[in-house]
Amino acid sequence: MSFLNATNIYKSYDKITALREFSLAVEEGEIFALVGPDGAGKTTFIRILCHLIRTDRGEVTIAGYDIKKDFEKIKPLLGYMPQIFSLYPDLSVEENLKFYAGIYGFTGQAFERKRDYLYSFSNLGPFARRRAQALSGGMKQKLALSCALMHDPEFLILDEPTTGVDPLSRHQFWEILLQLKSEGVTVLVSTPYMDEVARADRAAFVLDGRKLSEGKPDELAARFRGRIYFLNEEPNPTLVENLNRIKGLKAQRFGAGMHLYLDENDDIARYAQALAQLNIAVDKLAPAAPGLEDRFIQLTETGS
Amino acid sequence: MNRLKFIALKELYHILRDPRSLLIVFLMPVMMTFLYGYAINLDVEDVVIAVVDQDRTDESRELVDRFYNSAYFSRPENETSLTDPEALLRSTEAAAVLLIKPGFGRAVERGDKFYLSLMVDGSDNALSAAVQSYANQVLLQFLKDRLPAGYILPGIQLSLQVKYNPDLKSSHFFVPGLVAIILIMISALLTSITIAREKETGTMEQLLTAPVKTHDILLGKLIPYIVIAFLDGTLILVFAKLVFGVPFIGSHLLLLLFGFIYVTTSLSIGILISAAVNTQQLAMMFALTLTMLPSVMLSGFIFPIKNMPFVLQALSHIVPARYFLTIIRGIMLKGAGLGVFIGQGAMLVLLMVIFLFIAVKSFNRGTA
Repeated sequence: MSFLNATNIYKSYDKITALREFSLAVEEGEIFALVGPDGAGKTTFIRILCHLIRTDRGEVTIAGYDIKKDFEKIKPLLGYMPQIFSLYPDLSVEENLKFYAGIYGFTGQAFERKRDYLYSFSNLGPFARRRAQALSGGMKQKLALSCALMHDPEFLILDEPTTGVDPLSRHQFWEILLQLKSEGVTVLVSTPYMDEVARADRAAFVLDGRKLSEGKPDELAARFRGRIYFLNEEPNPTLVENLNRIKGLKAQRFGAGMHLYLDENDDIARYAQALAQLNIAVDKLAPAAPGLEDRFIQLTETGS
Repeated sequence: MNRLKFIALKELYHILRDPRSLLIVFLMPVMMTFLYGYAINLDVEDVVIAVVDQDRTDESRELVDRFYNSAYFSRPENETSLTDPEALLRSTEAAAVLLIKPGFGRAVERGDKFYLSLMVDGSDNALSAAVQSYANQVLLQFLKDRLPAGYILPGIQLSLQVKYNPDLKSSHFFVPGLVAIILIMISALLTSITIAREKETGTMEQLLTAPVKTHDILLGKLIPYIVIAFLDGTLILVFAKLVFGVPFIGSHLLLLLFGFIYVTTSLSIGILISAAVNTQQLAMMFALTLTMLPSVMLSGFIFPIKNMPFVLQALSHIVPARYFLTIIRGIMLKGAGLGVFIGQGAMLVLLMVIFLFIAVKSFNRGTA
């Protein structure tokens, strides 16, 4: 039995169906990433796990406990970091930590030990007396994570913890997650960043309230159907548009250049003439291995 | 219990670090006491009264002196125009004119029936009522002092009797009511705002995923405000005593007991409001409309309930301030005991139970 088991979750708001027949299993001790565009249902799913909203249908168990019947038993196991920064802005770094430790019953030396440990990898120690509202975005997220970790949770649920955070802080944040994993913590994290998905043990693509694909990051990427060429040319919108006018070819901005997508049995040589008209020589195109982003775009556009 | 302590402590930090809430908490009661004590003063002092003495006897002259020597009345600046009393009233040089017709002195001596005529500027309702009663008091005192003990002058009958607030001081009347208003303000307004704030910032979700019981969250958040409410209540009473000399005749303990019931009721209303809204701004608007307004308008604080239209009278029955007002006025000004307002006390307890029940229910539903 998996650590987290969600089966056939169905949840709708007034007119929108947020989750349909959504099932997910997370194993103990792994980092599982949920990836998908805004409005895909990631946050709804996470809030269901934290018992902040109720499902219309479906079952959820965490560590063997049914969320409907035994949420009180799940609470001490759970560390939750919501999408929006939700600590007390008028409390200092240390006061926030102390408060969250306190409501989980950690006081005195137990608190101090845990605090010092968390300072050691969050580097927030020098800012202990600073009010939370005066912290930078990256530090805020680290403080929020520290607060969620104050009570040694077995299961950490993070809702887009790195959105809007600078790349260096994002990197440091993930170093912490990997450290936690090595300590046996199970992590479920939602993210819009593909490079973060690649660092997870497993991931699931979510779109329109459905889970479209699930597996290890390299497996997910390998499910891409077709051929990919990298075009090292500045991806200005006109060029992308002109490329997409060529029948059989699809172009997508990729990093500093572009990815051209072809069917599996197609050959880039067929498009030599059309590309030449756009001043693109076929020999400038390098075949590329499919990445998560390529597969994600394919899933988003074709649904499979 | 320990978790409750952490929540209460955190709440205290919020209050102490937010200058605006501190201002509301401690400046407003003082300001309102001043406002109601001074600015909204229904007391009448130094009313300009013109006395036209056509009797010109020792008795009439003494009565005139009595009028002008009292703190209530003063002479008009221009006494030459006394020939036309009504002109004085019209020109608002005098607020009242007392006409002593010939025969007054003899009537006093013989104990005959006699009418003094008092003309009052009725355009100011509160003033005219006060002038009538003050004039009556001066006259009555004058007659009493002239009579041997036990002798009752026939012809003079005074139906007016002013009890409990013999000076008709409006501060005595307002201050107990002000305590009722401030208590419900602080309790309902601040608690609904503080709970709405936790929802607004998302911290409520953190609390709900932590192993904290609902009643720990509620109590932890409320206790600081209960303390503040009582501090404020005490502040007003001390202030009122020092500045306006408002008396406190009855039992402090009894007031404390009913104060607690009243504050709990108000807090429940605050929780109820915060369960219904998600932003601090909405919470504030709801709290002001649902607590301030009815407490000022429908409690008998300023306007007597018995003069209201039927619908408003009926509505006033669910306004907690209505009952607390009767109780606190009774205790402070009359020294009334529990037996006197057992009905009001029972209604207040009933309202507390109902509001508290709905509040906890709605809080659970709104958050879980």
